[in-house]
Amino acid sequence: MAFESLTERLQNAFSKLRKKGKISESDLKSAMREIRLALLDADVNFTVVKNFVKTVRDKAIGADVLDGLNPTQQIVKIVNDELVKVMGDSAVGLNKSPKIPTIIMMVGLQGAGKTTTAGKLALKLKNEQKARPLMIAGDVYRPAAIDQLVQVGQQIDVPVFQLGTDVDPVEIVRQGLQKAQEENNDYVIIDTAGRLQIDEKLMDELSRIKDLAHPNEILLVVDAMTGQNAVNTAEGFNNQLDVTGIVLTKLDGDTRGGAALSIRAVTGKPIKFIGQGEKMKDLDVFHPDRMASRILGMGDMLTLIEKTQKEYDDKQAQDMTEKIRENSFDFNDFVDQMDQMQNMGSMEDIMKMIPGMANNPAMKNVNIDPKDMSHMKAIVMSMTPAEREDPDLLNPSRRRRIAGGSGRPVVEVNRMIKQFGQMKKMMNQMSKGNFNGMEGMLGKGVSGRLSKLAMNSMVRKGKKRKKKRMKKNKRNK
Amino acid sequence: MSIFGRRKKKKLEQQALEEQQALAKQAKEKPVAEKPAEEKSDAPVEEKAPEVPINPQAATTEQNKEVDRYNRGLEKSRRTFGQKLADLFVNFSGVDDDFYDDLEETLIGADVGFETAVQISDEVREEIESKHVTDQKVISNLIVSKLVSLYTRNGTTEDNHLVFATEGPSVFLFVGVNGVGKTTSIGKLANRFKKRGKKVLLAACDTFRAGAIEQLQEWGKRDGVPVVAGPEKSDPAAVVFDAVQKAKKENYDLVLVDTAGRLQNKVNLMNELDKMRRVITREIPHAPQEILLVLDATTGQNAMNQAKVFKETTEVTGIILTKLDGTAKGGIVLAIRNQLHLSVKYVGLGEQVDDLSPFSPKDFVDGLFSDFLETSK
Repeated sequence: MAFESLTERLQNAFSKLRKKGKISESDLKSAMREIRLALLDADVNFTVVKNFVKTVRDKAIGADVLDGLNPTQQIVKIVNDELVKVMGDSAVGLNKSPKIPTIIMMVGLQGAGKTTTAGKLALKLKNEQKARPLMIAGDVYRPAAIDQLVQVGQQIDVPVFQLGTDVDPVEIVRQGLQKAQEENNDYVIIDTAGRLQIDEKLMDELSRIKDLAHPNEILLVVDAMTGQNAVNTAEGFNNQLDVTGIVLTKLDGDTRGGAALSIRAVTGKPIKFIGQGEKMKDLDVFHPDRMASRILGMGDMLTLIEKTQKEYDDKQAQDMTEKIRENSFDFNDFVDQMDQMQNMGSMEDIMKMIPGMANNPAMKNVNIDPKDMSHMKAIVMSMTPAEREDPDLLNPSRRRRIAGGSGRPVVEVNRMIKQFGQMKKMMNQMSKGNFNGMEGMLGKGVSGRLSKLAMNSMVRKGKKRKKKRMKKNKRNK
Repeated sequence: MSIFGRRKKKKLEQQALEEQQALAKQAKEKPVAEKPAEEKSDAPVEEKAPEVPINPQAATTEQNKEVDRYNRGLEKSRRTFGQKLADLFVNFSGVDDDFYDDLEETLIGADVGFETAVQISDEVREEIESKHVTDQKVISNLIVSKLVSLYTRNGTTEDNHLVFATEGPSVFLFVGVNGVGKTTSIGKLANRFKKRGKKVLLAACDTFRAGAIEQLQEWGKRDGVPVVAGPEKSDPAAVVFDAVQKAKKENYDLVLVDTAGRLQNKVNLMNELDKMRRVITREIPHAPQEILLVLDATTGQNAMNQAKVFKETTEVTGIILTKLDGTAKGGIVLAIRNQLHLSVKYVGLGEQVDDLSPFSPKDFVDGLFSDFLETSK
């Protein structure tokens, strides 16, 4: 996950601070140096780093951290606030035109992911707003770029307007807009060819498209792995086209994503979306505050909750809690849950969102193979309905049969049944608000404490809700 | 059901293959008629860069053009680097902590890589403190000499030639993350080798990204080189198998294998690459002769991770650095060499078909510093 290394380094810096009861000026200085190096190592532009560290230092000194009761926490807060400030204060949505169509233009360097993002954005609009977007294929230079957009369009069932590669892109856009007018499309997404910001001829072409289409939104697509150069790119495009927003792509890699920090700081333009995967639905709204708390290893509970809500329907969730409480959670529910989890994205991503997990050393080398899930499912599917409901039935002979049926070794079947038992036990405990077994899972130090706080508050909230529910039930009775 | 599905797929592949072969035949017949047979006999076993030209006269002008383009393309990278070092001393007032911070920033700003920058800065600091140097010129020379020694420390002789098989087809596998320019580099290289009289075959193993197969086929058409392709979303290892079979049967000199872009932290996709490599080695021992990692020059620190992980899974033998035109900084060449001992074999300098040049790290580094040394004198 992006930003991981940054998290690690910042935490190192803070844990050094924590080791002493009181911090001196020189401690603060070395902590600032760590922060500075961490940010530079994360590809944040050095001018941005300079300002950032200076502000943090000034604030830390100004806030009397040196005599404070818990200086570490104060510095964490200052760094966090400052990070959020650099990345923009809150999530920014798409600019919309007062009357249809809203025109969105995608620009950027070669290979940044413009075409893919255009497709993802169209799908997002279609799914979330029931929009009817039209995509215009304006990349006449790269071989098969139009084919790519057409195929993307087919995948997500969105029409693509194209005139082949022999027509001037400006003309393609003109005719495409006309078509959108005729067909009453509410969004038009213009895909353009990748270009360097110093290529005058091609940049001029973009300006002409801009003058013609008057786009409501010019999205600069930037590869999150870009180094110091990100700032030049952003400045170059911004100066000539006055872009309205940024899309960061390939954030699912292990890049530290310093580009996110620097681009906003240098251009002042908001980061609107982030691309986090190769599937068409992997485009998310960028939340600066959430990203900042992720950087600081405080987890990203909000995104996790939002994701869960999207995939989980309420009634089912209630049934599930009921079942856990009654201790009647069985293999059928297990499979249901696995399906839902798979819909939410890869296990690793989900784990990283849980506070304290992002930099838990135990989690570092965990690579959860998506096939593991399928294997588990296959094992459950090879059980008889009676076995699924009552795991106690599973004697060695039955287990051998299941192993044969699912094509997995017996050890794996045994392991899975054992895991299921443990999971059931843990869930039961958790539903009673007992976290004793999990203590060790949360990291040590600041992050560990923070995550424990977060966990506890979640549990408290859960209990409150439960009480409310019980009351309601009583009243209804 | 699944057996039927597989048979049907096989059939489809067979058809596609036959069509390809027919195309290849057409494409093949022409050049063979024009070119004398002697040419094959002097095909070099191991390519010596610059490659042995067929027609000396045409080649010299060609070479000059290439050198020109090469210099022009890299000029910017060099200038920014020299400029940066020179800028460092504009506000030079004395050696203090800020100076080392600035030095680190300058080096990082030139994308020499974080670790390299810190390493150099630490070494310079040590030297300055032990010798009590205060003179600006001495310090600037010290920095440059550190950079140069960093370069020579890892050996100056370095084979950045591409390795070809002594007999039978050579296979080059192209790997890298998404959007770095793998397909484009293959298109450019295919053109280059075809011009030098090699019989080239392309394998479209990016079966994942929309339009990727078409993109390679378009390059194939432009270069007049046949392309082996399978249906979309099919197993890339199957496509590579077909391509290798075809190359063996029809005596191709060179197979360039395009793969889907993948982020290095996706374990399953990396395993898929390894499978492709195994399939190639099984069919032709000693192949693939080259596994070329394509890196985007604008990538920051992550380039190191990419190189490291790809090297671990697929035994990368060399690097193609793309998009080095524009404002990209050349410092990354130093970092890659310093930390990974991988040599950059080719650099991409533009969008035209011949904008890909063999790369000599030594010349490049010499260029970086000679400019700076002149400005500081």
